[in-house]
Amino acid sequence: MAIVSVRDLVVEYDGRRVLDGLNLDIEHGETMVLLGGSGSGKSTLLRHIIGLERPKSGSVSIKGIDITNCSPADLKKVRHSIGVAFQSAALFNSLSVNDNIALPMREHTKLAPAIVDLVVWMNLAVVGLADFGKLHPQELSGGMKKRAAVARALALGPEILVLDEPSAGLDPIVAAELDELILLLKQTFEMTVIVVTHEMASAFRIADRIAMLYKGEFRSIGTKEEIKASQDPRVRQFLDRCPDARGKEPAIAAYFQKYLQSPEANL
Amino acid sequence: MATVFESVGKETIDHLDYVGNLNIQWWATLRAMKSSLPFIGKRYRWRTAVQQMLQIGVDALPMVSLMAICTGFILAMQGATELRRFGALHYVIDLVAVGFTRELGPLLTAIAVSGRSGSAFAAEIGTMKVTEEIDSLRVMALDPIEFILAPKYLAALVSVPCLSIMCNVCGIMAGGLFMFFSTHLSPPLYFRDVLASIKLRDVVAGLIKSVAFATIIAHVSCLEGFRVAAGADAVGRSTTSAVVKSTFLVIVADAVFTAIFYFTGQA
Repeated sequence: MAIVSVRDLVVEYDGRRVLDGLNLDIEHGETMVLLGGSGSGKSTLLRHIIGLERPKSGSVSIKGIDITNCSPADLKKVRHSIGVAFQSAALFNSLSVNDNIALPMREHTKLAPAIVDLVVWMNLAVVGLADFGKLHPQELSGGMKKRAAVARALALGPEILVLDEPSAGLDPIVAAELDELILLLKQTFEMTVIVVTHEMASAFRIADRIAMLYKGEFRSIGTKEEIKASQDPRVRQFLDRCPDARGKEPAIAAYFQKYLQSPEANL
Repeated sequence: MATVFESVGKETIDHLDYVGNLNIQWWATLRAMKSSLPFIGKRYRWRTAVQQMLQIGVDALPMVSLMAICTGFILAMQGATELRRFGALHYVIDLVAVGFTRELGPLLTAIAVSGRSGSAFAAEIGTMKVTEEIDSLRVMALDPIEFILAPKYLAALVSVPCLSIMCNVCGIMAGGLFMFFSTHLSPPLYFRDVLASIKLRDVVAGLIKSVAFATIIAHVSCLEGFRVAAGADAVGRSTTSAVVKSTFLVIVADAVFTAIFYFTGQA
C-alpha cells in the first residue's frame, strides 16, 4: 500500500481551480519530486499532503488515514510521522537553533532533558550544524537555516520527510550539498521523501520518481529516465528551458505594435 | 437601493463573523490555558507566560506610572478649579481616589497596554503567519492557540490588574502632592481620607474591568495577527487594526460595565 495516496484532489480558491483532479501514489522509501513552474500548484498540493488545507473534493491518505476527513486526534497522530521543512525554513526566531529542534521532542515525548539535548546535537551533526546550536536563526545563512529546518523536521524520527523548495535562493554549491544531505538521510533512515522544487539539476539528482505539474494537472509522472525521455510539449519546454510564447500572442503583439506607432513612442 | 442593502448586509455579516471568531478563539484559549498554568501545565509554557508578564507588566510600569501621575495632577487641578468655588476643595480627594480606583486606573492601563502589548502581539503573530511559523507549529501537531495565545492571555490576566493597581496608586499619590502644595494637607491625613473614601466594591469593580480589558486586548490583538494573509504591509495593517479595535472595544466595554455597576447600585 502506498504511504501517501492522493485521489481525485480538487482545490479551488474563490472559484478559481488550482488543482484539478490529481491522483498520485507515493511508495514507502521512495523519493518523489514534485516538479513544476511557478503557479503550477505544487506548493498547494504539498500543503494538502501535510494537512494544512482542506480540498474542495477528493482525498489525501497518509498511511491509510484520510487526512481530509479524519478526527483531530487522527490528524495529530499522522502529523507525528511527518517532518516538514518549509521553503522559508520557518524556524522560530525567538528560540535558539537548539531549542527549535528540541521543541517537538519537549512537546510530544517524555524524554529526559539530557537525552533531548543529545538527540538535538545528533540531528545538528547529521546536517553539519553541530557547532551552531546556540545561535538564533537570524544569525544563520540561508543554507544553514534550511539545514536547521531539516534537522527540526527529523526531530521525531518521521517516516515521511517533506521539503518545500529546499534549494531555492541558494548558491549551486550549497544547493548540491543539500541534495547530498537528502540522499544521505534517505539511505540512513529509509524514509519516504517528498520534495517540491523547480530546480531541474536537483530533481534529477535526488528523485526516484518525478511528478510534473502544469496548471493544476499532472502532465507526467515517472522515473527520471521516463521524464527525460518524455515527448509531452510542456515537459519538454520545462526540461529544455524554452520561454513561453506569451510575447507572441496576437493581442499583446498588437498592443506593442500600436504603442510603437504612437507619437508617445516616437518622441 | 439594493446595493445599499447589500453593503449594509455584508458589513453586518462581517462584524458578526468577527465577533463569532473572537468568541471561538476565547473558548479555545480557555480550554488550552491549563497547559500554561504553573505546576499542572507544561514547564516551557509557564516560562513563556512569565516572560510575557514581564513584558506586559514590568516593562510598561514606567510609562503607566507617568501617565497616572500626569492624569492625577490634571484631575486634581481641574476638580479643584470648580470645587474651590463652592468651598469644597476637600472633595478633590474623593474625586481622585474614587475616580482612579473605579475608572481611570483600569482605563489608562488598558489604553497603554493596548498600544504597547496589543500592537506587539498582532505584529508577532502576523509575522509568524507570514514566515510560515504558524504552519510549522501545526505540522508539528502543536496548537497555535495553546502555544502562542494561551501564555499571552494568562500573562495579560495577571499583569493588567496588577498594572492597574499601580496606576491607581500613582494617580492617587499625584492627587496627594497637589493637595499638599495647594492646601498644605499632610500626606498621612490625605491617605487617611483616601482610604475613607474608597470602598471595597470600588476596588473590585476596577479589577473586574481590568480583567475584561485584558481579555479584550489579548484576544483582539491575537485575532488580528492570525488574520494576516500575506505580506509585510498586512502585518502593519493588522498592528494598527489591533490597537484601534482593542482601544475602541475597551471603551465600549467600560461604558457597559459602568452602566451595569450604576444600575445595579454597585457604584
